[in-house]
Amino acid sequence: MTASAVVFWVLTLIVLASAAVVVLSRSLINSAFALLATFSGVAGFYVLLGADFLAAVQFLVYVGGILILLVFGVMLTHRIQDLDLRAEARQLVPGLFVAAGVFILLAAVATRTPWAIGAGRLPSATTAEIGRAFLGKYLLPFEAASILLLVALIGAALIVRKREDA
Amino acid sequence: MPPTLSSADFLTSWSAVLLYFVAAVGFVAGGLIFWWVIRPSRITAEKLTTYECGEEPIGGAWVQFNVRFYVFALVFLVFDVEAVFLLPWAVVFRELGAIAFLEGLFFIAVLAIGLAYVWRKGDLAWVRLDDRVSP
Amino acid sequence: MDALLRLFSLIPGWDQNVPAWASISLAGLLAAGLCLGFISLGPVGYVYVERKLAGFMQDRLGPMRVGPWGLLQTIADTIKLLFKEAIFPAAVNRPLFVVAPCLVVIGAFMGFAVLPFSPTWQGTDLDVGAFYVIAIGSLSTVGLIMAGWASNNKYALFGAMRSAAQIVSYEIPAVMSLIVVVMIAGSLSLQQIVAAQAGGLHNWFLWKFFPLNVIAFLVFFTATLAECNRTPFDIPEAESELVAGFHTEYSGFFFAMFFLAEYTEMFVASAMVSVLFLGGFAAPLPVLQTVAGFDIGPVWLIAKAWALVFVHMWLRWTLPRLRVDQLMHVAWKVLLPIALFLIVVIGGLLTAPATAGGFPWDPWFGWPLTALLCGYLMLTALRAWRWHARQVREAVA
Repeated sequence: MTASAVVFWVLTLIVLASAAVVVLSRSLINSAFALLATFSGVAGFYVLLGADFLAAVQFLVYVGGILILLVFGVMLTHRIQDLDLRAEARQLVPGLFVAAGVFILLAAVATRTPWAIGAGRLPSATTAEIGRAFLGKYLLPFEAASILLLVALIGAALIVRKREDA
Repeated sequence: MPPTLSSADFLTSWSAVLLYFVAAVGFVAGGLIFWWVIRPSRITAEKLTTYECGEEPIGGAWVQFNVRFYVFALVFLVFDVEAVFLLPWAVVFRELGAIAFLEGLFFIAVLAIGLAYVWRKGDLAWVRLDDRVSP
Repeated sequence: MDALLRLFSLIPGWDQNVPAWASISLAGLLAAGLCLGFISLGPVGYVYVERKLAGFMQDRLGPMRVGPWGLLQTIADTIKLLFKEAIFPAAVNRPLFVVAPCLVVIGAFMGFAVLPFSPTWQGTDLDVGAFYVIAIGSLSTVGLIMAGWASNNKYALFGAMRSAAQIVSYEIPAVMSLIVVVMIAGSLSLQQIVAAQAGGLHNWFLWKFFPLNVIAFLVFFTATLAECNRTPFDIPEAESELVAGFHTEYSGFFFAMFFLAEYTEMFVASAMVSVLFLGGFAAPLPVLQTVAGFDIGPVWLIAKAWALVFVHMWLRWTLPRLRVDQLMHVAWKVLLPIALFLIVVIGGLLTAPATAGGFPWDPWFGWPLTALLCGYLMLTALRAWRWHARQVREAVA
């Protein structure tokens, strides 16, 4: 077994275990902090796949952004003390069915797709490649992303303002 | 051929990050274990109370927070993603010339509109005017 | 790590007998060990200097009792902290309470993996180096907020919330002014950013596009200052209102860990400022790069970083603390617009063929201004010293 395979399996273990904590934990805040390990593990996967820029993005946006947003969201909740913060497990059976369906679908896609498998050499300097793709082939999605971000910003501001007025 | 990093492949150069992480975890764990061995432990019930400048704490700390924190985290996330898009652009725009610069300029301009919007609407003010008049 | 691997190769028979993975692991762990030694011994010096500096600025002596001029004071403090008991207040969330300081320390330390001390003395030269440093810092932010939550203490949680809000707010101007540097250097690799500034002080990015990059430098420096929770941005641990902020409930070694992390963060942030704007390990004059054939790049980088750490300390005892609304105002309505403006203007200048390499007057400002600044600082230090000496004389008389 090569060193990268060892790292891969360790990461898999971490991601799966922490994801299980996220789903099964009774406390919302413990779930949120368990996401730290999940997100970091996924960043590790990106590195193993040669996507160094994406790995850094994963860390910056998910660990440094989404996770903190989630924690702030929990703190925003009215009177956390009195509120029953326990995640409900009532819909266990329907949830299992949905999860199984999604899994089968994903597995089918993953096994049936004719993946373009390269010569086995990882590309170097992905940042510059991504930049060239943004400015060339994927210019429209790049510019559309800015519009999307604008919409997200305005939408978020509107929703929060509405809640504040209420 | 000795394995030197300048000639090494991608994963070898990232292995240093992993090794630094392992070393840091070892350092922290070693420090904690060393402390655990040498530290005294004479705990009394008094010492285990939550510190509140000598007052008896009323209720826990897990109370509702100002919605401002959430607003700023949201705005932060949007600009964080913008920065992520701009970084690859910043690396290569020189080799692609003026057109590439204008494309990036458009991207920045759209987000500048967003910034101007939240600024104008008062979402970037920590203390809003209506906060002050209402009790 | 590269340098260590080369050293290993000098040992006869090493390459034949030791497998590559073992050699790389050993080199990585040794390099990390060196950095860990540096960060764990560092605070002993920093805290002493900071307390002496505070004493000097407030016209008192600072630590004087333990050892000559109080030199052993921080060593005594460290030993004292190690012999303190661990207090886990009854209300805390114990697992998170223990993990939080570890995360903060690890997050602060991980930046060292890419800091370039010389072309070969560097953990690893990642292609996304500068971005990596910014991204890995999030680990500390999560650690802080975890510490505040786990403490279940009002002061701690308020400090943690303020701290997280402040750090994320100031991350945006930091990344934006980083983009300015990346545009000029055309790379995120810290080695290449330093290489683009080689050849003397006038080539440093600080003096490129004079005076635009000076503004970018100030934006980035202010943002890093805020991300380290240092005065004037220290409301997360404002002593007068929040006791100690997020580490109110921590005692002994846990407390020491937060301090270790704070000073490590200060060093890493200052080293990043040096790499991005002050030439990193490049000497101000190319002649000074080597001494007797040895590359003294590490000395230059550490000297520049320490000079900036000194500025951090100096500001702490000079400026009053900002209020939370002022803090957000500075980040979003002052620094961010300036940074966006700089990206647009410098991007335009780089695209225009006439100014792609910088303004024609760039080489002429660096040296005179640096000399002027150094001269002024030395004069001020001299005057302060003479004033101090007169005070002492008068007190004795």
